Amino acid sequence: MVAPLEQYENNWETRMGAWFPGETVVLRGKDVFNELSNSRWVENLIYAVIGEHLPKLARLLEAIWVMSTSYPDPRLWNNRISSLGATCRSTGVLGVAASAAASEATVFGLQPIKSALDFLYRLANDMDGGSEMEDFILRELKKHRGVPGFGRPVVDHDERIEPVLEFAKSMGMADGFYTDLALKVGNFLAQSRYKYQINIAGLTAGLAADQGITPEQWYFINTLCFCGGFLPCFIDAYDKPEGSFFPLRTDVIRYVGTQHKRSWE
Amino acid sequence: MTDKKTETITTKIWNETPEPDNPFAAAACYCAGYDVYGDLLGKASYIEYLFLLFKLERPTETQAKLLEGLAVALANPGIRDHSVRAAMNAGVGGSTNASALMAAVAVGAGNLNGGREIYVGMEYWNQCGARIDSWENLILNPSKCERVSVWHEMEHPPGFDPNGVSCPTPVKQTLSHLASISSSGPIAWLHGNREDLEKITKIPLAMSGVASAVFFELGLGSDEAEMLYLLLRLPGAGVHALEQKKRGVKYYPFFGDGLKLQDT
Repeated sequence: MVAPLEQYENNWETRMGAWFPGETVVLRGKDVFNELSNSRWVENLIYAVIGEHLPKLARLLEAIWVMSTSYPDPRLWNNRISSLGATCRSTGVLGVAASAAASEATVFGLQPIKSALDFLYRLANDMDGGSEMEDFILRELKKHRGVPGFGRPVVDHDERIEPVLEFAKSMGMADGFYTDLALKVGNFLAQSRYKYQINIAGLTAGLAADQGITPEQWYFINTLCFCGGFLPCFIDAYDKPEGSFFPLRTDVIRYVGTQHKRSWE
Repeated sequence: MTDKKTETITTKIWNETPEPDNPFAAAACYCAGYDVYGDLLGKASYIEYLFLLFKLERPTETQAKLLEGLAVALANPGIRDHSVRAAMNAGVGGSTNASALMAAVAVGAGNLNGGREIYVGMEYWNQCGARIDSWENLILNPSKCERVSVWHEMEHPPGFDPNGVSCPTPVKQTLSHLASISSSGPIAWLHGNREDLEKITKIPLAMSGVASAVFFELGLGSDEAEMLYLLLRLPGAGVHALEQKKRGVKYYPFFGDGLKLQDT
């Protein structure tokens, strides 16, 4: 029997791209120096993920990132990792990389970003089959105890909705079916007993769906979306005395474990 | 300084008392009630302490031996392992040592021989236990998530090697050794049923499958098992990264003629 991996040994066949040492670089069939040199960075990122030139989406995405995923607040969980890295005098890349990894969270970040888009597609598909929007949402709540893209930790209202929606409107990108559907879901949930309001993942999922982006593509495109917040947090803590970022005294510990002292005999 | 009530961190694992002259320094640290530096240090082995951290109880002799054996088996996944290669890629370019371990953790976190495979494998154990018919049913009809996740669906039964031909000798040796320590639990069951399971999966048992069985026998939850697996595989990644860091890129594969760019 031939080992399954033998066919791949020193053999990586790809259409994605390659570096030709000393000559050029090709990405998805295009010569980077001659055909992509005028691309903005985010356009290039989208081209790498999707394989299409979508400058309008790139501009919208940049605005979304500036307004909604680059908060310079070290209390935010992923940002705080950069601050902790800096206060311990780790390196900038290590701090930012760890923050980026932790942004693949469940209560915020990449999981809701991906799931919210998936939710809207599943909802629309169900409605196409004749179901009511409200019934699908209630089933989702019953089954998963939440709807991705709706509800928010710390505060209910998401201050990012209005400015991002306004920007999308200014680009003529806010009047699609899915954006409207996301807002309708938000209205329904806000008036329900759950009181969930639409959050930025829900709105941007609607905007992305109206551009035909898949959940997987949206996830990849947004992989680095929080980096704009990590760096200011890192720099801020790096400029202050080492170890001074939100130090914890021992009595911050609320110990609820075994109360009796044990001896290791 | 603020007058507002201090926010707290709630824990069953760890408690501290402060030094008299500095509330930000601990005078005594307790893990599950044991004085770590005043009593446990010098008495508990590293493996026993590791078990205590995860389970909040001392291991029995059998549990400690099982974890010890697994820890040795996992400590260096080998120089060809994907997670170790990731660490070496960091090392060979002169990257930070931390990045080498981060690379090993990231690459060793996935569905193929990684932490996520352990997580899913634990779900199989929880669902099937030591019932071969349940394993057969779940392997042939794996459950699928209705919602998308950052994780992809498994492309092979967890704990088995989709690229394997027969069960590798180190996996069989590890399984045999662990089954000799615990003769009646999940690990012994896996030892006795490996070949039947492989007939169902049509692919051989992998080291991750042995690890899941041990974690299940130790009573760990899926998250705890995933985390411990990630931890235990790091030593090899670390030393191989350091070794290649010293040797440099000239002596490390670049696959110079291995990439074939196809027309789009």
